[in-house]
Amino acid sequence: MKRNGFWAFVRKEALHIVRDPRTMLIVLGIPVVQLLLFGFALSTEVNNLDFAVAAPHRSEAVRQVVERIAANDCFTFRGYVDPAQIDRVLRTGRADVVVAFARDFDRRQAEHLRPGGEAAAGMGAGPAVQLVFDASNPNTASAGAGYLRRLLSDGDAAAGVEMHLLYNPQMKSAYNFVPGIMGLLFILICSIMTSVSIVREKETGTMEVLLVSPVRPVGIVFAKMIPYFVLSCVDLAVILLLVRYVLGVPLSGSLAAVVGISVLYLLLALALGLFISTIADRQATALVISAMLMLLPVIMLSGMIFPIENMPRILQALSCVIPARWYIEAVRKLMIQALPFSAVLREFGILLAMTVALVGVALRKFNDKLE
Amino acid sequence: MNEHEAVISVRELTKRFGTFTAVDGISFEVRRGEIFGFLGANGAGKTTAMRMLCGLSYPTSGSGRVAGYDIVTQSECIKRRIGYMSQRFSLYDDLTVLENIRLFGGIYGLAPGAILRRAVELLGRLGFRREARTRVGALPLGWKQKLAFAVATLHRPEVVFLDEPTGGVDPVTRRQFWELIYEAAAGGTTIFVTTHYMDEAEYCSRVSIMVDGRIRALGTPAELKRRFAVGTVDELFRLLARGATRSE
Repeated sequence: MKRNGFWAFVRKEALHIVRDPRTMLIVLGIPVVQLLLFGFALSTEVNNLDFAVAAPHRSEAVRQVVERIAANDCFTFRGYVDPAQIDRVLRTGRADVVVAFARDFDRRQAEHLRPGGEAAAGMGAGPAVQLVFDASNPNTASAGAGYLRRLLSDGDAAAGVEMHLLYNPQMKSAYNFVPGIMGLLFILICSIMTSVSIVREKETGTMEVLLVSPVRPVGIVFAKMIPYFVLSCVDLAVILLLVRYVLGVPLSGSLAAVVGISVLYLLLALALGLFISTIADRQATALVISAMLMLLPVIMLSGMIFPIENMPRILQALSCVIPARWYIEAVRKLMIQALPFSAVLREFGILLAMTVALVGVALRKFNDKLE
Repeated sequence: MNEHEAVISVRELTKRFGTFTAVDGISFEVRRGEIFGFLGANGAGKTTAMRMLCGLSYPTSGSGRVAGYDIVTQSECIKRRIGYMSQRFSLYDDLTVLENIRLFGGIYGLAPGAILRRAVELLGRLGFRREARTRVGALPLGWKQKLAFAVATLHRPEVVFLDEPTGGVDPVTRRQFWELIYEAAAGGTTIFVTTHYMDEAEYCSRVSIMVDGRIRALGTPAELKRRFAVGTVDELFRLLARGATRSE
């Protein structure tokens, strides 16, 4: 008997969702749009850097190096400039970076290429090549610098340091963003949608009718969560497919582990939505609380965009209570670094504890509301 | 089943919110098949009293039984035996007539076959056969109200609680709505109704008038008019409400 009532309720929730084109659009459209936006348009990748060259002599060795840089997709050669004009070139925006060669570049390069010459090159006075960057955008500058250094050090390392970029050798920003977007989207869809749909029933007065009915409040809540949970799982599948085949991020780790922790995170987001619905009495309030309480912190404090390690201590502490932080960290480990599930046990445990606590508090508050 | 058995009986029921006493020791009985009009100005405590009877709120003190069950300890049993329709229209606009019926049938634990049989019977009675697959949001308000009542009584409850069911409805529809109420009462369902319209009070078997959390008058409309020497329930209501200290 009870089961019958429960499923009648689940059916009704599913109908609400299917009947409302806006909900469907939000739930199925936003993930695709956001992924594509973050994946392609908003990237911190360094793609179109203009470089100029300041060299006292345009020797064969210099030209070789310039050609090697120009052959790379990321850099466009903008011509040779006078060493005294470097500052002006950068200021006028003719180039983002100037590669300046030392007067004795040829000699040092030759010494370096001689067998056993490496030590001698290392002891040379001052650098053989200098990179002068327009660092008004520090991200672009440092990324470009790293990239250039790698280009220059290839084969005939002028720099004594050898760099290896693990896990994301091409420094694609999609690798970094994808886990972040997943962390953001699930919160967006699950929490906002469930909280708004519960609060809407309070607003229209149907909640009262349900509370007078023999369906237990817990039943009402879980019946509401089920269709949203199913939808979120669809989203998860869509996102993973997009990530793999459109953005070309290899899902190097265990897919089961990624799905597992994502499902836990979905449940957490649903519980958050439930919790918000117990605080808010109007749909607008629910929306604002969702946005203020979750969206902003998730974007700012989860490590999605800004590295947590760089934050002031107090914000670092604050970020610990943000579920997305742990989720994003875990997904990065699993998806990008291909670590086994055992490596994210801590994150999994924290998320699980948060979920249990939230469900507990929300259900208690929900029941109290009857008074 | 005794005709005169009390379906609702309440003794010294009280509800306090902090220092404010919303319901102040009310006692009354409602018999099976009665249409009991629960009248009172806004803020008199009607809704609070009704919520306690439906198991939505616990009394601060006093006791009560609805359909044979205690309102404090057995509210789950009560919920299965009562119907409820609130002043705000309480069906789902984005579901069709039939889907709404199915939902509430399911919630009250009716088997799918029984739901369908009752749905067909109910739609025929209301003359809604053709609208079975229409979304409720597209129906005129009067129709919605009738449908809401039919859905509230779908599981054949012993008592139906109606909280200002005819608010904002035109006189003709109100008339039709009361015919539904009479029909249900004739079938043995007890009706517990709050209303603003004093002409509707005249249709009730008995009425109570609440002022400032207490019941000031209780009896059949004819009896009360005689006792207070007034011509209509409306006059009586004004007479009693004049002494009220609370307002909205």
